[in-house]
Amino acid sequence: MEYLLAFLVGGSICALGQTLYDRTRLTMGHIMVIFVVAGAVLTAFGLYEPLIRIGGAGATVPVSNFGFVLTRGAISQLEQTGLFGLLNGLFSLAGGAVAAAIILGFLMALLFHPKG
Amino acid sequence: MSSKVTSDAKSRYARDAAKYRPPTPYLRNFLAAFFVGGAICAAGQILHAVFVAQGLDDGEAGARMAASVIALGALLTGLGVYDILGRFSGAGSAVPISGFANSIVAPAMEFAREGFVLGTAAQMFVIAGPVIVYGVIAAFISAAVRYFIVGIGG
Repeated sequence: MEYLLAFLVGGSICALGQTLYDRTRLTMGHIMVIFVVAGAVLTAFGLYEPLIRIGGAGATVPVSNFGFVLTRGAISQLEQTGLFGLLNGLFSLAGGAVAAAIILGFLMALLFHPKG
Repeated sequence: MSSKVTSDAKSRYARDAAKYRPPTPYLRNFLAAFFVGGAICAAGQILHAVFVAQGLDDGEAGARMAASVIALGALLTGLGVYDILGRFSGAGSAVPISGFANSIVAPAMEFAREGFVLGTAAQMFVIAGPVIVYGVIAAFISAAVRYFIVGIGG
């Protein structure tokens, strides 16, 4: 059941992105920015956690989750260390994803050459 | 006066050109994005279950799952497979976190010929840069709103 829910929730989020792309002049870069910002804003009002409870990876795999973990990291550091935690905490949960993508991006550029 | 003529000509051109442009296959694109995006998320759920079965807690399993999806996205980009998938499924492969990895890895590879500093390293963030900039700004404001206004339980 949780696999079906992940499929349906994740599929719906991606289909929403595709609809935005087809119906407007936005590029995929714009769509990704919109989803990350939407993830952060939904987290502000406590609405992203319920989506994760329902959809599991369907909500944590799309880039909107990047907005969620940025916000969540800032909130937890804000609770623990006060106002400076708001800055310090932003990458406390989200940093791993950025680090992984940078390291692998560099490695792939060393190993492979683009086709065509 | 002349600028009015030009803008008339432009709008006439736009109207005429639209007739020859192939129509956007909305339904096909929607379904491709839905099924490919859904499948990537379901695969993420399977990875998550595998990490939980190894004894990791929910948060740790989620972090490992995200890192694995990023690593797979990066590797498939390196092999040239992810871009083929992207042409087929559009947002279905761009919106998942593997698409974020793809947006970093693809320009890193492509601009390697312009050098590893001003090519690979600088161009790596052509899409990821805006995503991180607006993500950080939105998360900064959202965290403050959640903490000071909505309340943590909200």
